[in-house]
Amino acid sequence: MTIKYKKITTPLSDEVVCSLKTGDSVLLSGEVYALRDAGHKRMAEAIQAGKELPIDLSGQVVYYVGPAPAPPGHASGSAGPTSSYRMDAYTPTLLERGLKGMIGKGLRSEEVIASMKKNNAVYFAATGGAAALIAKRIKKVELIAYEDLGAEALQKMTVEDFPLTVVIDCEGNNLYETGFLKYKK
Amino acid sequence: MREISTDTITRVVRELFMKANYNIGADVLAALERGLKTEESETGRVILEQIIENDKIAAAEGVALCQDTGLAILFIWLGQDVRIVGGDFNTAVNQGVREAYADGYLRKSVVDDPLYDRENTRDNTPAIIHLEIVPGDKIKIEVTAKGFGSENMSQMKMLSPSAGEAGVRDFVVETVRAAGPNPCPPVIVGVGIGGSIESCALLAKKATLRPVGEQNADPRYARLEKDLLEEINYLGIGPGGLGGTTTALAVNINYAPTHMASLPCVVNLCCHAIRHAVAEI
Repeated sequence: MTIKYKKITTPLSDEVVCSLKTGDSVLLSGEVYALRDAGHKRMAEAIQAGKELPIDLSGQVVYYVGPAPAPPGHASGSAGPTSSYRMDAYTPTLLERGLKGMIGKGLRSEEVIASMKKNNAVYFAATGGAAALIAKRIKKVELIAYEDLGAEALQKMTVEDFPLTVVIDCEGNNLYETGFLKYKK
Repeated sequence: MREISTDTITRVVRELFMKANYNIGADVLAALERGLKTEESETGRVILEQIIENDKIAAAEGVALCQDTGLAILFIWLGQDVRIVGGDFNTAVNQGVREAYADGYLRKSVVDDPLYDRENTRDNTPAIIHLEIVPGDKIKIEVTAKGFGSENMSQMKMLSPSAGEAGVRDFVVETVRAAGPNPCPPVIVGVGIGGSIESCALLAKKATLRPVGEQNADPRYARLEKDLLEEINYLGIGPGGLGGTTTALAVNINYAPTHMASLPCVVNLCCHAIRHAVAEI
């Protein structure tokens, strides 16, 4: 493969976020926060109620994932992306708090894209179903909060060279809207 | 009467769910390899390479190939000359699921009440069990661990008979197009045509389990499968939905007699991680 990867590290600055363009292949290293349906609901409700959050979201990246249990000797169980649209209702609230990146798979709402443009954020796709491969790039997993949610708890994952594709960039360009056009027959 | 113990059933169900969750079928792997050769998009080829590598890692290490280790669905063909001994049949099946998901480091994804409580049952039960009584003194069990990223993109439509083949074509292609990247393409498209509202869905589910590359025995349906596969791959959705020419690996149709007033059609989508395994006791 001749494909060129951009290497980036979290937390993400506005400058790095806006240098990423739709269609770019990226290898991401650093810390990402695993958060999915129930965790999003809880975090967004806490923000709306004016309560303190378990983490500072500014510059951070969330990964929509509910990992399988880690077998002995593995840092993480299989951990591929889950469908992002289920997080859409809560995402603008998190973006307003400084969230800079989201990793998932699949379509996003108009509201999310508008909020991404307003707040300079980027949406990455990880490969759906590549969960065992992705688990190998996860070096450490720490439980941060919402333990009672089980597979949906808030976890901090330390990742190395997590392979991603930029789908929606900070200008709102969307690979899901444009990618198929070249191959449509 | 041949006696089969519930312990045997539990053991077989446990083994099948672990096997299905770790090992992709040789048919799917071969189709992914073919896709890699023909895929026109560079990004698409990168995604296909990741999927193939992923499936090899999962099999080699005995880990779940997708973190969504699915809702446990079983098709069981019970020979009418078999007598089940040692306890309750359904309890034995669910115990096999419970043990597979606990011992196999598989994710527990089942919530009890769908609308209000949505509390995780913590052992991935209850399983969905489809039972058929057949001649003979054996039990055949096919399990599938169904991921719901693709299940959520499935559709049902009660077409008018006048809609005909064109109506079926439009519905199938439109379902895949509207799903876009969400069901983790490349997908397996299971299509049920005929029957009633619930049996049509079962036809479609069973169609997803047919080996990739095997065509319907009726040449008219086989041609429709081939045409639909081509049309779907012309959508341009591609691997991961990022654009490309490998959107579906197979379109499998099952059909059945129906009422003269209807043409039921169900499209059950499955991601490339189609996990199923079969055994005979």
